[in-house]
Amino acid sequence: MKIQIPIGPQHPALKEPISLRMTVDGEVIQNADLRLGYNHRGLERLAEEKTWVQNIYLMERICGICSHSHATCYVQGVEMLMDLIPPKRGLYIRTLVSELERVHSHLLWLGIAGHEAGFDSFFMYTWRDREIVMDLLEIISGNRVHYSINSIGGVRRDIDESQKKKILDSLDTLRERSLFYLKIGASEPTFVARLAGVGYLSKESAVALCAVGPTARASSITRDVRKDDPYAVYDEVPFDVGTADTCDVLGRTVVRVKELLESYKIIEFLMKNLPSGNITVKAPRKAKPNEVISRYEAPRGENIHYIISNGTDKPERLKVRAPTLGNYAATIEMLKSGFIADIPLIFAAIDPCICCAERSVELVDARSGDAKTVRMSELRNKANERFKKDPPKRNGIWPF
Amino acid sequence: MLNRLIRWSRIKSPWILHLNSGACNACDIEIVAALTPRFDLERFGILLKATPRHADVIIATGPATLQIKDRLLRIYNQVPDPKFVIAVGACALSGCVYRGAYNILGGIDQVLPVDVYVPGCPARPDAIMDGVIKLLGKL
Repeated sequence: MKIQIPIGPQHPALKEPISLRMTVDGEVIQNADLRLGYNHRGLERLAEEKTWVQNIYLMERICGICSHSHATCYVQGVEMLMDLIPPKRGLYIRTLVSELERVHSHLLWLGIAGHEAGFDSFFMYTWRDREIVMDLLEIISGNRVHYSINSIGGVRRDIDESQKKKILDSLDTLRERSLFYLKIGASEPTFVARLAGVGYLSKESAVALCAVGPTARASSITRDVRKDDPYAVYDEVPFDVGTADTCDVLGRTVVRVKELLESYKIIEFLMKNLPSGNITVKAPRKAKPNEVISRYEAPRGENIHYIISNGTDKPERLKVRAPTLGNYAATIEMLKSGFIADIPLIFAAIDPCICCAERSVELVDARSGDAKTVRMSELRNKANERFKKDPPKRNGIWPF
Repeated sequence: MLNRLIRWSRIKSPWILHLNSGACNACDIEIVAALTPRFDLERFGILLKATPRHADVIIATGPATLQIKDRLLRIYNQVPDPKFVIAVGACALSGCVYRGAYNILGGIDQVLPVDVYVPGCPARPDAIMDGVIKLLGKL
């Protein structure tokens, strides 16, 4: 017998409002469906009403955990539109903040993973160490969460020698603690047993479902925008892309700890090779009509902003593709044939950031004007029906 | 006598429910940060509870989206009396940067009666603790 279980939007297992519909047969999940829109705020529409500079403030507030990712992705796009080249020192500071953000985000995730696996002391440990990074971000930018370090053409605040020293000192503590977590991850038998084999995503399906970030890297795909399409100063910085080949939640944990250690290496390099000079250049008020795609490797995966300008001081269109959205299809694949008890763990393993990925799809009947919010499964069914009725031509040629 | 005991236990150990009503996650992680070792809200007997039926205080973040409105009311009705609501962050107060967007009601107080407002974008853990303790003082 098949039973449908609704989970969310407010549910003990989920920290953010999202609704999952599980079709279960006994304990085993047969199918899963996501319902979104609880967190939809209409950001893309709001962005069209604000100027280029005002939008930096708005972009930071897409998400509180990866606020620098969205702001940087947007600012990089606008700089491309305005033909600005930010000074080296500005780019170094921008990269420094983005790596510190990655560290705080991964420590946060490690804690959540420990919490979902029933290892609460691990959760408290990682969150205690996370405060070290929060302090660093506070002395650099003046705020704990929304750093507001970016401006169009560079950054807003410089760092001095005492801050540099503080960062390097804190790195030693953090590195020591992260090695300790790596040891726990590899040697604590209960923790390993809980994570190993859960949420299997093979390499083939990770490629087919376009998984991004640590979810893809845990299925042994070396995909990282920082290496593949370097932005800011990543082409000068030596670092490796951490991968794992276990394809499960354990692999995703290992990838994130490896990335932590790489991030410390990057921060150390940036601090030791910080060039002198200006931190920002003056930006024009308007941008010429053009369109641009900006890519950024957020802690959760590839973040894409698509910006169209129309010659005024406001964007014509701003499209955000957050990494969590790219991972939803893979999550459903991971949930299938898993157990109900594994749902929080599998769902937490993509490091979901619902507020980044919030979309609502609305279909409006052109004749009657009826609006209807549809679910992902309905959309998929519609697509399949259409495909059966009118199969696309073979060997089609891309029209552009 | 029994009433005094109940009142005492309520003040000494309020259980809170964290509710995200369309926030950007920043206030939410600061609430969790307030519960972890650096700030340690738990030393005041405050425990984070997952279900509304166990909770005394709702800590709500976010500007209240249209879709979450009915769910907010339903969750509020599930919390046993007496219940209190703390609105955390600028969005929960007035809508912050999202004010004027088509999907936003603009503040938790459009949907629920709010007892304590904690401003900030995002509110610092210290500020959240201050808000909770002011609420306890009010009881």
